[in-house]
Amino acid sequence: MKNTIIKVENVNKWYGDFHVLKDVNLDVTEGERIVICGPSGSGKSTFIRCLNHLEEHQKGDIQINGITLNQNLKNLQKVRENVGMVFQHFNLFDHLTILENLTLAPIWVKKTPKEEAKKYAMELLERVAISQHAHKYPGQLSGGQKQRVAIARSLCMKPKIMLFDEPTSALDPEMVKEVLDVMVDLAKEGMTMLCVTHEMGFAKQVADKVIFMDEGRIVEQAAPDEFFNNPKHERSKEFLSQILH
Amino acid sequence: MEEEIMKSKAPFENTAIWMKKNLFSTPVNTAISLIVICLLISFLGPFIQWLVFDSVGLGTAQDCREASGACLVFIKEKFDFIIFGFYPRTELWRPISSMILFLSFIWWSKEPKRWNKRLLWRWLKLILLIALLMRGGLFGIAPVSLDKWGGLPLTLLLSFFGLLFSYPIGILLALARRGNLPLIKIMSITYIELIRGVPMISLLFMASVMFPLFLPEGITFPKLLRAQIAIIMFMSAYMAEVVRGGLMAIDKGQYEAADALGLNYWQKQIKIILPQALKIVIPPTVNTSIGMFKDTSLVVIIALSDLLMTTKTALKDPKWLGFSVEAYLFVGLIYFVFCYSMSRYSNRLEREFSYGAHS
Ligand SMILES: Nc1ncnc2c1ncn2[C@@H]1O[C@H](COP(=O)(O)OP(=O)(O)OP(=O)(O)O)[C@@H](O)[C@H]1O
Ligand SMILES: [Mg+2]
Repeated sequence: MKNTIIKVENVNKWYGDFHVLKDVNLDVTEGERIVICGPSGSGKSTFIRCLNHLEEHQKGDIQINGITLNQNLKNLQKVRENVGMVFQHFNLFDHLTILENLTLAPIWVKKTPKEEAKKYAMELLERVAISQHAHKYPGQLSGGQKQRVAIARSLCMKPKIMLFDEPTSALDPEMVKEVLDVMVDLAKEGMTMLCVTHEMGFAKQVADKVIFMDEGRIVEQAAPDEFFNNPKHERSKEFLSQILH
Repeated sequence: MEEEIMKSKAPFENTAIWMKKNLFSTPVNTAISLIVICLLISFLGPFIQWLVFDSVGLGTAQDCREASGACLVFIKEKFDFIIFGFYPRTELWRPISSMILFLSFIWWSKEPKRWNKRLLWRWLKLILLIALLMRGGLFGIAPVSLDKWGGLPLTLLLSFFGLLFSYPIGILLALARRGNLPLIKIMSITYIELIRGVPMISLLFMASVMFPLFLPEGITFPKLLRAQIAIIMFMSAYMAEVVRGGLMAIDKGQYEAADALGLNYWQKQIKIILPQALKIVIPPTVNTSIGMFKDTSLVVIIALSDLLMTTKTALKDPKWLGFSVEAYLFVGLIYFVFCYSMSRYSNRLEREFSYGAHS
């Protein structure tokens, strides 16, 4: 039996009066790959952003790797070192070269010696097939390349968990595959992954579990085969029929 | 293709092609060009006549009054006073070498690749050296009291320290205003709005008149220093607003990416946000700096003799009454040289920090 690495208990969140997350519960074990889907506005982004405290929840409990997320800055720091995040719009640092984008956090947050950080960054760039662009600026890369750099940047911190918020939905169709390939590789290596995506092919290929969210609740969770072929909930059926056509 | 042809031809032909393309391409364009050229000639002609052909370069005030051109003798005669004010005549080598040192060091520091900690130390040493040169009183250099300082060195001093301090203070104020510590935020907003709400003249006035009232008996604060503090306070508020504009232009995603990577507040600001925000606001920053450089002339109100004040004083010399056009043209030219250099430099910095976005 593997360890539980993320424990979410009865999490509730409000934006003013608006109840975004309603009693969300989830346990993720080490190495588990989870795909989160659901209609727009259902709270998927809000939920995974709560996991590294980019958003604050008001009620309930989130434990990452045994550390409870709260106002304590030290705890938050530890959590963020262990949790990598990839955004829809890449959010690369435009004023830094690709290599500097990767080495910045290891050098400043983890105090890794410069040379060591560079060496590891180059290895990762090699892995995502961007090493020849190491000294360019983000403005000179294509969307797909940027997103691969963004993944490498997160991996530079040697995270235990990776969060992805629609990593391919801002990409031109022909670039989606190069990014998904990197994510599939990552999944094969046993990374714990939570991924908000509507790429059902990806979900079928690597996910251990698909989570369907609607109106701030987790409505259904099941293995991909089960979820796609035999959805239980009305809303899931509706959603699937919409995205499959 | 076109460029190749241009390069292979003689310079005159290049000019001809350029003129045809840019000045005389259409009838309307041609008409506008001709009008502008006529205007230029009718203004510039008499001006050059006045400044060069009819001007008086040697002689007395009387010669000047009889001639119809510019009185260059006046500038020659008053040059030392306009530039250096009441600094003792026999000691002029000190402000001269100070300014040469200062300006050459500015020139040397303008390369972004030289911006590091060592440069800061060098500047500190240079400032101490210049202070020693100007103030004297050590190593057998005769002391010169602060109220003798004037002219261009004073203008440069007020502007330089004004910028040097107000830029970082402005950044801190802007960060405070955008931050989420309520008390600090309110303090920052109050400060900025109060300072921006009053003219600099009144601030200078308060600095010279009211400030001493708050000091304990017996402690005096040189007027120069009081003016300097007022200028720094004033500039900081404006710089803060300029920087805030840059901060607001930074995408929220940059903050989130920095947070997600575990950077703390200062690392995030220093490594990610500020480099981008400050770059965006280079033009308004330089714009504000140029404005402030010229605004230092307001210190006349508290009787400091900056460049503009020495010019005015020179004009009051009974022997040389009536040459204000020459005098103001002369200081105008000095101001222009500095302001224009700043403006050029701003363009250069912008290009330097374009991060290969368009290459
Ligand atoms: N900062 C905010 N303030 C107020 N409401 C917000 C804020 N951020 C999100 N919301 C609202 O919360 C709800 C959930 O947003 P969220 O971004 O989590 O949805 P999502 O499932 O990721 O949708 P999408 O598929 O469009 O990305 C939406 O209705 C949104 O309008
Ligand atoms: Mg979303």
